[in-house]
Amino acid sequence: MFLKYRSGTSKAFLNGLRTLFWISTRFVNPDMNLEMDVFVGNTTLIDEEVYQLWLDGYSVDNAVAKREQTGVTGCFVDLLLSDTMDQYRVFYRLERLLQSPDKLSNQLLFQIPPSMQSVLFERYYNFDEAFVRELLGKKLSKGTKKDLDDISIKAGVSLRSCRRQFDNFKRVFKVVEEMKGSLVENVQQHFLLSEKLARDYSAIVFFANNRFETGKKKLLYLTFDDFAFCAEQLIRSWTLGAAGSVADDMDVDLDREFLQELKDLKVLISDKDLLDQHKSLVCLGVRGKMSTHCDIEGNFKGLSRGLVNIATKLMHSKDVRDFFIDLVEKFIEPCKSDHWSSEDVQLFLLQYTGSAHALGTFRHQVLWERYMVTIKSCILKMYHD
Amino acid sequence: MHGFVEELVVNEDPEYQWIDRIRTPRASNEARQRLISQMSGALQRKLGLKVLEMGGNAVLGYLQCFDLEGETGLVVRAIGTACTLEKLSGALPNILGSPQREPKETANPEEVAVNSQSPGSSSPRKIQTFSFSPPKPSSRHSSSSDTELSLTPKTGVGSGSGSREANPAKTLSRQLTQTPFDQREYPFFTLTSFPPGFLVHVAGVVSARSVKLLDRIYNPAFVGIMGNSRSCKLLDWNSFNSDEPETRDAWWAEIRQEIRSHARALGCHAVIGYSEHTSICEEVCILSASGTAAILNSRLLADASRAPAGDVRSWPGGSERRETENGRSAPRDGTGPEDSLPQSCCICHVPYDELNLPFPMQLAQCASCHLNKVPDVLFTTIELPDSLAVIGKGCLIQARLCRQKKKAQGEVNAATISGLLPFMEYELHTQLMSKLKLRGMNALFGLRVHISAGEMMLVGVASATAVFVAALPPPGSVTVAAKTPEPTCEGHLVTLQRHIDEIVARNKQQYKIILPEQVEEAAEPPPEPRRLRVSRSQSESSEEMPDLDLAHGRKDAFVIEIDDADAEEDVHMLLLDTPTPPGFLICNTETVPGVKRLTSNLQMFTAVRMYSLNSSLTAHALNRAFNSLCDNLLKSLFFKLRSMTPCCLCHVNFSVSLPEDEQVQVTVTSLVAACEKDSNKDEAIGRPKTEQLRGYSDSEDPLQFPLELTSEAAPALSPSHSSGSMEGIPGLPSRGAQGTETDSPHLELRQRHRSAPNSSLSLPPPIVELTPLSFVAGHHVNKYLGIINVFFIRETASLREEGGVSGFLHTFLIEVFSMVRAHVLALGGNAVVSYRLKECVFMENLNKNQAQCLVNVSGDAVQVVCESDSEVDLQGASSDLQAFPIMLLWEDSPRVLLSLCHHQHPTDRKHLSCARGCAYICQE
Repeated sequence: MFLKYRSGTSKAFLNGLRTLFWISTRFVNPDMNLEMDVFVGNTTLIDEEVYQLWLDGYSVDNAVAKREQTGVTGCFVDLLLSDTMDQYRVFYRLERLLQSPDKLSNQLLFQIPPSMQSVLFERYYNFDEAFVRELLGKKLSKGTKKDLDDISIKAGVSLRSCRRQFDNFKRVFKVVEEMKGSLVENVQQHFLLSEKLARDYSAIVFFANNRFETGKKKLLYLTFDDFAFCAEQLIRSWTLGAAGSVADDMDVDLDREFLQELKDLKVLISDKDLLDQHKSLVCLGVRGKMSTHCDIEGNFKGLSRGLVNIATKLMHSKDVRDFFIDLVEKFIEPCKSDHWSSEDVQLFLLQYTGSAHALGTFRHQVLWERYMVTIKSCILKMYHD
Repeated sequence: MHGFVEELVVNEDPEYQWIDRIRTPRASNEARQRLISQMSGALQRKLGLKVLEMGGNAVLGYLQCFDLEGETGLVVRAIGTACTLEKLSGALPNILGSPQREPKETANPEEVAVNSQSPGSSSPRKIQTFSFSPPKPSSRHSSSSDTELSLTPKTGVGSGSGSREANPAKTLSRQLTQTPFDQREYPFFTLTSFPPGFLVHVAGVVSARSVKLLDRIYNPAFVGIMGNSRSCKLLDWNSFNSDEPETRDAWWAEIRQEIRSHARALGCHAVIGYSEHTSICEEVCILSASGTAAILNSRLLADASRAPAGDVRSWPGGSERRETENGRSAPRDGTGPEDSLPQSCCICHVPYDELNLPFPMQLAQCASCHLNKVPDVLFTTIELPDSLAVIGKGCLIQARLCRQKKKAQGEVNAATISGLLPFMEYELHTQLMSKLKLRGMNALFGLRVHISAGEMMLVGVASATAVFVAALPPPGSVTVAAKTPEPTCEGHLVTLQRHIDEIVARNKQQYKIILPEQVEEAAEPPPEPRRLRVSRSQSESSEEMPDLDLAHGRKDAFVIEIDDADAEEDVHMLLLDTPTPPGFLICNTETVPGVKRLTSNLQMFTAVRMYSLNSSLTAHALNRAFNSLCDNLLKSLFFKLRSMTPCCLCHVNFSVSLPEDEQVQVTVTSLVAACEKDSNKDEAIGRPKTEQLRGYSDSEDPLQFPLELTSEAAPALSPSHSSGSMEGIPGLPSRGAQGTETDSPHLELRQRHRSAPNSSLSLPPPIVELTPLSFVAGHHVNKYLGIINVFFIRETASLREEGGVSGFLHTFLIEVFSMVRAHVLALGGNAVVSYRLKECVFMENLNKNQAQCLVNVSGDAVQVVCESDSEVDLQGASSDLQAFPIMLLWEDSPRVLLSLCHHQHPTDRKHLSCARGCAYICQE
């Protein structure tokens, strides 16, 4: 084969392709010119490798180049090109269906084996952690979409891929936002995703809805997984759904009533007796068990104040947004500066939560439990380098 | 079997009416689509009437073609083989539509009785009766070609029909035919596979071509309408301008006569695997017909209805190895105890005696019986008969040719084309022969020569499946020789020779051709080499009987002589054929010869490529370009399907057309199927369950044995052993989803639920399998639901936006597939067999951003069940009737059924009438 790059042949055709597949060049044989090349199977089979390239936003040319480097050896560029084009055409037509998965499984146009379908969804809705980390907690609005090119550079993900992921987030958000019932289940049902991916999406939706600040410098050390875990904890115990209210079973919004009540916890720091009592109980509980260098006595007041203050401030939605920042600033950083290990932190929090129950005058036991269990698991997840 | 039927309808093409100038393309295309479906409906009805007149009730091997002649009109032609299909007995009318799955569930005592009558033969569920019309003694010696017949056993046995998947418990009885077969006008069969014993001898390919000018037919048109009752006007709005079918009828009659006389010349009285084809370019039309001359078993053709009961034979459905069973059971049939079915090698024996050859050729001793004479090569258009022993595996070989031609008009053009045709055919044949030798094989099956004409060139593609038939002599070595030995090219020749030897050796290894007698063969003194010239100056006229005109002189060594640079190029081209990559088997017959069985369908695809060839090319470069584009297409198929290996590409159908001056469009349709590993050991280890199954049924009912041989395909079982080839099988859902009886809507719903457990919101449409074969691998055909023949025209005025020509066609083909699937689902089926993409005419105007495409697809809608599920099915089959009350509605419509299959499908006559086929299409 004498293959050469040549551009500008059959302009209309090329233009047509360009609009769809961002083709810039074409391979041609001087003797003949391939004008049409179509391969259609009764069953639509997807080459997962090409699919991934498409999802990653590769143009046909780039995808071919990539496949040439990495993939199958011993085949000609024109074969790769023709195969890639065929696949891209299918993807292009599939994309609309992928955006509403319930339609894909119920259409006649493409006969796709069920196993392949789930692969399609799973991959299409998959996202880059670097990208989602940038976007987490941002409002999924047009403004954010305009900033995608910056984000794509920052995250090192191609813009095309970013757009797809952003649109996915937005689509999922729109669908499940007003829905009743479990967030994860809703996502799973409507987008036919695996449980893991559905969980991640719930986290993304939850963050976007409550607009938690995640982009501050202090929070940069946290990964998406950390946040996803925290989101799960928050959803589990702090949302309306978690409260068990039947009327408005929503997983997306925090339980306002609960946040209001949290200000009652203030007594733990405002009441001097209670504070001292609490402190001595905790010190007693952890004595000898924590690393020797830990200065519980000195730090207790600061830490306890930090935690309780976070609780009392949560009634303002602005402070809800700063929840993670506050956790880091008020608790994690002091502990870190005192070189606590995560075991130390765990022990401390266990004692801290538990000993409050022993305080005779402290009446908000249920409230305390609901607050502290979540805080504890969040902190433990976030307590790393 | 009543024989050949044909019909032809002509009408004006709406595309070329004056109104087309003012209406939208969509409206025009809708009119066209409507007209075409009306025409094909009318055609089917007419054909149906003919069949009824003949006393038949079904058409098998139905081939329908559309000739878009342009301004002169639109022709719909159909040919087929009229047959009578009958239920074994009327005792069970309420399950007419439901073939019996197992004898146990059959409440029909007669049927059971029949089973016990033929213990040696296999499938109790598949029973057919063949009763042939009594032979008229006078026919015996009426023509010279019949002399050979007296050699065949006097008392033949009706030995059943040759449907591979023949499953319905219907009897196929051939009623009295009005005329003895070989005296009929056209002793043609469009079927390509036959019951064992039906074929006595196969002589070779016969073909005829004729070039016609379409503008001529204006003249007789007027007269025809006035006086002829056979006028086939459908929509008479403009009858004076449109043409009469008579002219075309006469054309085809001419060609058929020619075919018949060729067959006669070969000493044969019948033509099997017959097909017709046209290629139209402007006003020149090439009509071609081809078939295989053969001698059929006269008993089977014209057997007495004397002893219909005694003739009842049961038929091993799907059994590939059934011939032995039949051979054994034959004597037990009442009619002819002294009769024995012809030996398997008999098919190859020449039908004429040695001294009286119709043409010079070399005969050799039959390698398996050592009694009779066989030719050294055999070219046929039929499927490989199951009874014929082959060595190794078969493979696809293709001869491709592209010839330049001057642009011309009318008569001159026609003359040029007809002048070129013989050369092209000769050349194609030479290529086929050389490639056959290079593969070390000696017979071709499923030969299809496809010549199409364009403005600037003629293109010919001949595809066939090469096999090594054990009975034929092994091909000699291939040597290269220069006409005038020059010292300069001596070294060149040596390398060439070495190259050839390597290829031959590699091919032999790849296709596992191991001859037991190869050693002694080699020890023989080198025979006198036969010279075959490959040169431009060849001027031998070889319009037909292409396989024979080369056969002069000793053939043991096949010499390719190089006498000029051109010829050398040709040789190079031969050698440059891309070898089939490991893991692939490719053929254009239904199954790859030498491969026992296909286990499951993986994918059916259509690939279309259009190239524009550089007009400034020399004749040679053009030829080479064409060759390489076909090659590239194959390569790209191999590449695309690489994940499915090991697999077979079956029924690869190449069709080439020349839509524009320099454009070549190649359309390939094929089925990818998983095939079984050929080692028996594998099987024994890998499928203990199957063995059990077989053992179980053996002990229960010995009749089942041959059937189980094939029904062990059990796709559901194989994932355990087949190396990942079952991954993501797009084929029919095994077992749970659909394998079980899907007749009852409730059941189906449930199954749909089951097949998509994670989408409780919606019911996904069940999977429909399309296959060009006459069966679905690993499945039984449970029920024939009728023919599907649909025509689609799609146009666009926003080509660019749809992704260019490829994008447009891609979408269109996807839609066509899905519409066909939807049709099948609507009929209650889950598969289409004998699927054909007949026509794919693509027109574009890039400047106007427009394109238009016309596609014709056809096939038989069937309902299939997984073979492994046959036990589960017992209840389902009997509830068949309740599930499909609609079928009853069609019972009183004319009982003519058109089946597209090339095989003898014992088709369910009740399910579809012509009228319905038509009405059905009109819904589209």
